Amino acid sequence: MKIQSEMEYLKLSKWHKFLYRLLSFFKAIPKKIGGGFAAIGRFFKNLVLGIGRGCRDIVATFVKGDWKTKLSYVFMGFGNIARGQVLRGVMFLLFELVFLYYMIFGGGVYYLRMLASLGLQGPSKEYNEILDQYTVVPHDNSFRILLYGVLTIFFVIAFLYTWRANIRQNKIAEEILRSGKPLKSGRDDLRSMVDDNFHKTLLALPLTGILVFTVMPIFFMILVAFTNYNAAKNDGFNNALFTWVGFENFKTIFAGEVNGVNYSAAFGEILLWTLVWAFFATFTNYFLGVFVAMMINKKGIKLKKLWRTVLILTIAIPQFISLLYVSRMFALNGLVNGALKSLGIISQSIDFWGTPTLARIMVIVINIWIGIPYLMLIATGILMNIPADLYESSKIDGASGWKQFSKITLPYMLFITGPYLLTSFTSNMNNFNVIYLLSGGGPTNTNPAISGAAGAVGYTDLLITWLFKITTSGESKYYLASVVGILVFIVVAVISLIVYSVLPSVKNEEDFQ
Amino acid sequence: MSKQRDEAQAVMKQHMGLKASARISNTVIYVILILMSIIWLIPFVCIVLQSFRVESTYQVGYVIPKQWGLDNYKNLMNTNFPKWYLNTFIMALAVAVIQTIIVLCMSYTLSRFRFKLRQGLMKFMLILGMFPGMLAMIILYRVLDDLHLSGQYGNSVPGLILVYVASSGMGYYVSKGFFDTIPKSLDEAARVDGATRAQVLYKIILPLAKPIVIYTILTAFMGPWGDFVFARYVSQMVPKAMNVAVGLQSWLATDTMTHNNYTLFCAGGVVVAIPVAVLFMCLQRYYVEGVTGGAVKG
Repeated sequence: MKIQSEMEYLKLSKWHKFLYRLLSFFKAIPKKIGGGFAAIGRFFKNLVLGIGRGCRDIVATFVKGDWKTKLSYVFMGFGNIARGQVLRGVMFLLFELVFLYYMIFGGGVYYLRMLASLGLQGPSKEYNEILDQYTVVPHDNSFRILLYGVLTIFFVIAFLYTWRANIRQNKIAEEILRSGKPLKSGRDDLRSMVDDNFHKTLLALPLTGILVFTVMPIFFMILVAFTNYNAAKNDGFNNALFTWVGFENFKTIFAGEVNGVNYSAAFGEILLWTLVWAFFATFTNYFLGVFVAMMINKKGIKLKKLWRTVLILTIAIPQFISLLYVSRMFALNGLVNGALKSLGIISQSIDFWGTPTLARIMVIVINIWIGIPYLMLIATGILMNIPADLYESSKIDGASGWKQFSKITLPYMLFITGPYLLTSFTSNMNNFNVIYLLSGGGPTNTNPAISGAAGAVGYTDLLITWLFKITTSGESKYYLASVVGILVFIVVAVISLIVYSVLPSVKNEEDFQ
Repeated sequence: MSKQRDEAQAVMKQHMGLKASARISNTVIYVILILMSIIWLIPFVCIVLQSFRVESTYQVGYVIPKQWGLDNYKNLMNTNFPKWYLNTFIMALAVAVIQTIIVLCMSYTLSRFRFKLRQGLMKFMLILGMFPGMLAMIILYRVLDDLHLSGQYGNSVPGLILVYVASSGMGYYVSKGFFDTIPKSLDEAARVDGATRAQVLYKIILPLAKPIVIYTILTAFMGPWGDFVFARYVSQMVPKAMNVAVGLQSWLATDTMTHNNYTLFCAGGVVVAIPVAVLFMCLQRYYVEGVTGGAVKG
């Protein structure tokens, strides 16, 4: 399919347009990947150039600067203090002292040195003269080395950045003084924290939290994927050492059956079910939610508030209560089987959670029960925003209710909620609660090579519950969990990328302001 | 004359037909809605009924208790349940306060300020969000353990609060969308009058943003009540250190045929659900506003 001009594109039917966009997306993939590499290349080129410029500037400032500036190269903040900016100077000096203390006495240098080997000597029993007995001496601990090594690298980068800022400040201060203007006082600095630089003040706390509790752990876990770290290798008592293994873990995942365990098959099966689950969970909720919202909003339907309130109960009550309870309702000796038996419909209990296909259908159906109310709320809000004259004019033109729905309501909804659909698809892929609390991932896969891939892999396991099972079962193969985590990231990122480039409604955020 | 009357009758008939068809479709809708309401309510009615059952504490196949009583609620007091409840309540309060502050800081800044790294920051957080959060949990647990903040040391509340709150800045989307709808001209007018950026936030934006503040507090407060994964990890299944979700799940985790804490679970579930649900229902309006706004603005 080839399209010369925009006019031709506009003439296409909706479905063709979509197809065209999809095709052109896949055609553009090689170019995009090339572009991606080019962007990464540009990034590093700019980085190197920037560092080069920075170094030149640092040298030039040193050569041209006065003695105060020169001394600041060793004692950070000296120039600030000497020129009367005491607050800034003290902050710089304090940071330098903390950094030096950490590097020398806090073990910073040790962790950096050990990062390559992740520790040489594990815990050993040594004779303690004071206690007159053999005690365990911890020595190197790979987990600590990796963790604090990562932290130290972050810290060193932060220090270098601050050092550079300190030099730049000296340069600027000299220029300002030369032009005869006064420097900013500490009071000015404090005032700017709530005014011109207010955004920095506001972001300081949230970004520190994200850096320490999200970025750092993810960085760490990506590194773990290249080690052989599991609970046995680093239990904190007898063993404390693990090492780098390169791409060994990725090979394990993609190697097929080894020693009776087939990680590739397990991964493939779980990934497929994850995608199927996410698809059904998203779209059943979406369409049924819209449908319910339209029913409740229909003219002439009374007690609108009551219906909504009843449905919202599943949002109001914590999921673990409702999901665990419903899961038990469908157990072998649960309420549902009991009721069906006493009604004489069945004579033997239905094993809802023990039959693979039935368990899969059950989690999707129960997820509808949990999910419809959200969609109903969202859809209600959007339905009210659809211009009423659209419906009136279409009614005059003789459009039926179904036509109105398929030509006005649905396209409008889809356009507005496109990004929401994407996020709900990806969050359904990672919907731990529903699966874990309902079926626990079970029933266990009948193929021992698959179920043996960490902690009884089952038919309703998602990648995320598999990850959980890997880390909590027996050996706690953290290295495999990290590999799975990285793979989850790749899958989610690829899906998001595809959907974003096909989606019509990627809007400019400034439009709303 | 008669022709006219026929036409009028035909119109009448058509009108009546429309009315009748509307009535039929409304009836169908009512039937569906009533059926749905029943399905939605059944589990909650059952859990309440079973929590009053005295004759056995096992799971059974019938709903109406043969013998009514408050035994299960009394027995709750002799278990770790009050401790779990207290743990969760403290966490919920702390998270509601701290998380709200963090989310508002983040979303307000990203909505109002145009600084150099803004776009990059937002993209970076989008990418970060694609990593499964559970991955971070493995290491955070070890770190909390090193800091003596895990369940092994008897109290997981401070550690869990830290974990819940620390990365909450990433959930800025909904409130940023709300801030985006407050006209920027308000800020500018105040700035012209000499207000600092901080004063603009406290005196002008926050009063206008009351719905989204309440929405943020509500969702933050409800988070710890339902959290299962992190609480399980950090508490290390040490009974005193659990929250309600992990604790109540541990009562059901054993084999369904043999475990006998089933009615106790029901009673505990009711005690947890009622205050949370009541609070939610009272603040429902704000929740709806936040959810719909969030989805529309992306």
